[in-house]
Amino acid sequence: MTQVTTPAGAAGTAGDGVMVRAEQVHKSFGSVEVLKGIDLEVRSGEVCCLLGPSGSGKSTFLRCINHLEKINAGRIRVDGELIGYRERGGKLHEMREKEIATQRRAIGMVFQRFNLFPHMTALQNVAEAPVLSGRERKAAARDRAAALLQRVGLGDKLGNYPGQLSGGQQQRVAIARALAMQPKLMLFDEPTSALDPELVGEVLDVMKDLARDGMTMIVVTHEIGFAREVGDSLIFMDDGVVVESGAPREVIANPRHDRTKAFLAKVL
Amino acid sequence: MSSETDTTERARPEPIQAVPVRHPGRWVAVAVIGVLVAMFVHLLVTNKAFNWAFMVDEMFRPPIMEGLRGTLALTVLAMVIGVSLGVVVAIMRLSENPILRGVSWAYTWFFRAVPRLVLAILFGNLGILWARIEFGLPFDRQIGALFGVNDFEARLFGFSALEILTGFVAGMLALGLSEAAYMAEIVRAGIQSVDEGQTEAAQALGLSRTQILRRIVLPQAMRVIIPPTGNETIAMLKDTSLVAFVPVSTELFFQLKAVGNRTFQVFPMYVAACLWYLLLTSVLLVGQYYLERHFSKGFGKSAQAKIRLRGITAEAGGSASEAGR
Ligand SMILES: Nc1ncnc2c1ncn2[C@@H]1O[C@H](COP(=O)(O)OP(=O)(O)OP(=O)(O)O)[C@@H](O)[C@H]1O
Ligand SMILES: [Mg+2]
Repeated sequence: MTQVTTPAGAAGTAGDGVMVRAEQVHKSFGSVEVLKGIDLEVRSGEVCCLLGPSGSGKSTFLRCINHLEKINAGRIRVDGELIGYRERGGKLHEMREKEIATQRRAIGMVFQRFNLFPHMTALQNVAEAPVLSGRERKAAARDRAAALLQRVGLGDKLGNYPGQLSGGQQQRVAIARALAMQPKLMLFDEPTSALDPELVGEVLDVMKDLARDGMTMIVVTHEIGFAREVGDSLIFMDDGVVVESGAPREVIANPRHDRTKAFLAKVL
Repeated sequence: MSSETDTTERARPEPIQAVPVRHPGRWVAVAVIGVLVAMFVHLLVTNKAFNWAFMVDEMFRPPIMEGLRGTLALTVLAMVIGVSLGVVVAIMRLSENPILRGVSWAYTWFFRAVPRLVLAILFGNLGILWARIEFGLPFDRQIGALFGVNDFEARLFGFSALEILTGFVAGMLALGLSEAAYMAEIVRAGIQSVDEGQTEAAQALGLSRTQILRRIVLPQAMRVIIPPTGNETIAMLKDTSLVAFVPVSTELFFQLKAVGNRTFQVFPMYVAACLWYLLLTSVLLVGQYYLERHFSKGFGKSAQAKIRLRGITAEAGGSASEAGR
């Protein structure tokens, strides 16, 4: 296995070892309030699993963390840094597009529908962003992209276009693509929901591997087994609020809230 | 095991030798079409007005060839202006800045509303507005007057509008600017055809807006943009004949018409124009076929068909407005 490129454990975080801190996050689309005050803390190196019924706002919350959505109220800090805004003299100032892009580079994101670039090979998909962001020279980026693809078990598919890969392979390329920016935090939005059942395992294996290497991860998933085995914390969301949270085994075995019970009964 | 031996022992059925369905309608159609073709050929050969020998003799003369070169140059230049400006206008239209969006909307509105012929003639007469066109500080005279300086001029360079804005340049600008409005719509449709998730994934990787457009969105939009652009090029080739009214003399139709007017053999020269445009368009059609095949590589038959359909509808939209052009 290649070396871990991210600061593992508490090293490099803003003192208190908290990677993500969300305080009273509100988000509305027009007049519909989708997030109604989300509080959450993810410590560095932790895997936080986010569960909840469809429409509960899980994806929206995840997209707020890397500022793909603007929040209406509250604060989100990643590694101690306020996302999307700068606080100066007690006032919030919107960040410039460039600064937001810089913040996003530290946060990897994996989508349910992969969203690979179809006109590029697996290798180009992974090497593109490090080169464009001026972080690496082309040759170096390609070497590292090849190593990353090797790491997710696709060392023999470097030249394949996304259309020539299975769903599970595409998702693994997507994970490698996110890792290429050497993020301190990885966001996964139902990374296995679009996959055939027999392909789920290979993607989860890569994620387990990442978790073992100390990557901080927030994972929206319906894979209870993954949450129980890999998760350090579990958050159950419904209707834009956090209903219940705790250690995954604890919450899964003894859900306290009725809505959690009802949801778990359905997915287990 | 036993079933396997059964199948091998079973006799192979006789090949079907059915009587095919007859299509008498086809033969009727062939007969009717045959008669019509014969009548047409008879007309071509016997009617003296065609004057074929004269036509063939005239249609390759040097002035015509010069007109041909002019037409080709005009097509290429107008398309270059149209495509590059069209991309800019399309990006402005999709921008978050409401002023840019407004300007882009107004541009497309104006250049799609005014017929190309009218536009060409208008541009040919712009020399009436300004004798000279100069670049420099805007409102320099007024600013000078403000500081008590009479006839203050801050100009970098200039040229005589009457020399430049007549003929070829006027025609090229009229066609190019008008084309940009159509290309903007095509490019916009192409950009919008790219899945939203592509932009999102690129944003999440920390790429800038221009990087996303240049590296992720536009290359994918090309697949949708190329086929209708081919149609636009063919339409442009034909529309260059409009600048004969600017007037532009280094242009195919103008030259053919001139020969017709001079020799009083108007009709043969119009037929020559038909033949020339037929030939040029056919060459472009072949080019378009290969270009489309190249850009739909790896996207399957149905995707190719979809693109072709989009091209055709774009062309239909184009030709509907062509009546007004
Ligand atoms: N761009 C948008 N505009 C308007 N409403 C939106 C938008 N995005 C999400 N929503 C609404 O916000 C609510 C929460 O959506 P979200 O995608 O966050 O749910 P989710 O928990 O991820 O659900 P799922 O499990 O189906 O992915 C939904 O009711 C959805 O319709
Ligand atoms: Mg979702």
